[in-house]
Amino acid sequence: MAKPKVALYWCASCGGCDEAVVDLAENILDVVAAVDIILWPIAMDFKYKDIEAMEDGSIAVSFINGAIRTGEQKHIAELLRRKSGLVVAFGSCSSLGGIPALANLTSRRKIFDRSYHNSPTVVNPENIEPKMKASVDGHVLKLPEFFKTVYKLNDVIDVDYYLPGCPPTPELIANAVTAILEGKLPPKGAILSPDKSLCTSCDRNETKPEDVTISKIKRVIDIEVDPEKCFLAQGIICMGPATRDGCGQSCINGNMPCTGCFGPTDSCRDQGAKMIATLGAILEGDDENAVDKVIEGIVDPAGTFYRYAMSASLLGGARKEVENE
Amino acid sequence: MTKKISIDPITRLEGHGKIEIFLDDSGNVKNAYLQVPELRGFEQFCIDRPVEELPRITPRICGVCPMAHHMASTKTVDAVYHVKPTPTAVKLRNLVYDAYIMEDHLLHFFFLGGPDFVVTPSAPPEERNILGVISKVGLETGKKVIETRKKIREIVIHLSGRIIHPVSGLPGGVSKGLIEEKRIEFLKYAEDALAFAKETLQIFNDIVLKNDKYLDLIVGDIYKHKTYYMGLVDEKNKVNFYDGKIRVVDPNGKELVKFEAKDYLEHIAEHVEPWSYMKFPFLKAIGWNGFIDGKDSGVYRVAPLARLNASDGMATAIAQAEYEKMYDALGGKPAHNTLAFHWARLIEVMYAAEHMFELLKDKGITSDDIRNIPTEVPDEGIGVVEAARGTLFHHYKTDENGIITAVNLIVATVGNAAAMSMSIAKAAQYLIKDGEVNDGLLNMVEMAFRAYDPCLACATHSLPGQMPLEVNIHNSKNEVVKTIRR
Repeated sequence: MAKPKVALYWCASCGGCDEAVVDLAENILDVVAAVDIILWPIAMDFKYKDIEAMEDGSIAVSFINGAIRTGEQKHIAELLRRKSGLVVAFGSCSSLGGIPALANLTSRRKIFDRSYHNSPTVVNPENIEPKMKASVDGHVLKLPEFFKTVYKLNDVIDVDYYLPGCPPTPELIANAVTAILEGKLPPKGAILSPDKSLCTSCDRNETKPEDVTISKIKRVIDIEVDPEKCFLAQGIICMGPATRDGCGQSCINGNMPCTGCFGPTDSCRDQGAKMIATLGAILEGDDENAVDKVIEGIVDPAGTFYRYAMSASLLGGARKEVENE
Repeated sequence: MTKKISIDPITRLEGHGKIEIFLDDSGNVKNAYLQVPELRGFEQFCIDRPVEELPRITPRICGVCPMAHHMASTKTVDAVYHVKPTPTAVKLRNLVYDAYIMEDHLLHFFFLGGPDFVVTPSAPPEERNILGVISKVGLETGKKVIETRKKIREIVIHLSGRIIHPVSGLPGGVSKGLIEEKRIEFLKYAEDALAFAKETLQIFNDIVLKNDKYLDLIVGDIYKHKTYYMGLVDEKNKVNFYDGKIRVVDPNGKELVKFEAKDYLEHIAEHVEPWSYMKFPFLKAIGWNGFIDGKDSGVYRVAPLARLNASDGMATAIAQAEYEKMYDALGGKPAHNTLAFHWARLIEVMYAAEHMFELLKDKGITSDDIRNIPTEVPDEGIGVVEAARGTLFHHYKTDENGIITAVNLIVATVGNAAAMSMSIAKAAQYLIKDGEVNDGLLNMVEMAFRAYDPCLACATHSLPGQMPLEVNIHNSKNEVVKTIRR
């Protein structure tokens, strides 16, 4: 029997998801033995034309990481969708927008201005900007369109499964691959990581008081962080309550709070709203003014509550409408 | 008739990239362009974030070398808050940084760029990968590569929380200390790493240096560019990855300038082209004169060979001996041979291993004095480190609450952007004559930029399979007249 064909592709991403696949280490050889990887630009032959020539649906599964920022990325995502039985959104950027989607808090114009005009190192007297089509010495050179908005994968194509994390852990990747190979798949749309909050498996849960109350929100710069005590109980914002489990609490092990890269659990759609609700219940203050004062300690609400989920947030949605005008 | 050759995609450079080669009427190479069709806009969207979060946001620029951004960012935040890290924190930062440099360099040598040499440049593609390397150096050594990388990455995971996107850097120090029990465990790892670094250099010596064909390739003209070189040096002008001054030497090896990170704006500028989202840094003192080498071109190079060229030596004994040996063999300093980046990379592996071992022998590294809490008002800071792929600059401005108002970044691989384009063009010029495209072009061109280790670029070698290169030759009507694929 022919081995199932698998594609791995990256869009607006850092390569960390691909590196996480490399981190399967010895296991990667088992994966290679079980499947036929037909596309993996970071590691193997691109064969772009070969993919176009393939019959629709002939790729068993495509793992696509990264957000959608350019026309080229959208085009290849659509191509892979057509050719694939299953598409898995791989990692935070693909699932939720990820760090690149923080750009939805600004605009394409501002990004170009900052990169090519206002940067203190740029010397650009002729005000040159990268162009989709540039003519240089009579040669035509093309670049893909840079979209106004950063999209998550399911904004541009239908997605079957989601593998969360920035990046997903090698364990979760191995589990997902095994489930696909054995045909033991959950219902379509499932997020392939335990559906419970990080707090439920956090070692510091024991030191989390029954009723956490926060009278002052602190920044990690201002205090010595206790290496054993619950971050929220220390007054530091930890996204654990609003974040899906599955990372092995790696940031907590580094004595730093969770920043939410695994996204929300099934029961809530908007990670930031969930965190705000959690905080609302534990902020201490006798009246509105007192609570307002505590909230002032949250210096970057959008970047804190939606660091990885901007494209999936209500905020991100508003942004898209603005850009489409 | 103008012909166009596209290599799309080439292996990767912090994301995506492609090469376009244009031929003139007689079929010789007129121009070559290395295009980066991607931009994410970190410099803009980091605005309004709390500055202490940037060490956890900027690593997402590159998931292949996140530690480099994490560390450059952490040092920048130190500067923004005018706070010095404690001596223990400096040791711990150096330890994880050495570990990162070593595992990253080993990945490149054994999995990515090295197979060209270890297996032979002309071997069939299906042998030029890690499996081919293993069959050449033996399964035992192959296992040791995986084992050594795994152990030194464990050091990083323990201290920094994660290997891909570490979290431990804070202004004035680090979030987590090292306990004695772990120090003893890691000292053993470092000892093994040191032994393996020696073994790796021995492999390079036996397989590459004892083979005249390889040596000819290294010293030959096809992979040579006389440029300026940049790297961080300590007070004795020895190579340093974590801290020091930035030294630039001219194509004759003479010091052009040595400056502190905070003065980078006086010395480095960036050029913009309409055909790439990537910018092209150059030396301000010389100016941008196009994609050319030589003393009158502001193009400079960064990364292993550039660092060694810009220094007066290595700070540890074995690495210093290897440094001298390399320059003896290459006919003195500076060495302009692009392929010697591979050699320099292994000398840096040696230094990283020796330095890691030194750091872990010191019981002082377990002190719990790991942070100075900032007390001053934040405003502006510049931080620099040597990433595996070259000198990396972060520059932030904040308001009085430490909220970012401006960010400027000069990313390591970008430092070689112009030089990589030039190296590719030169290799192509040697191989494409009178419109005849030599089938050997693909690997020769690949070797030209693989030496710079533009991230996972050539991870193509990590797995069996075909190479990712395709060359299309277009006539003036943009019709494909020939396709070469490997």
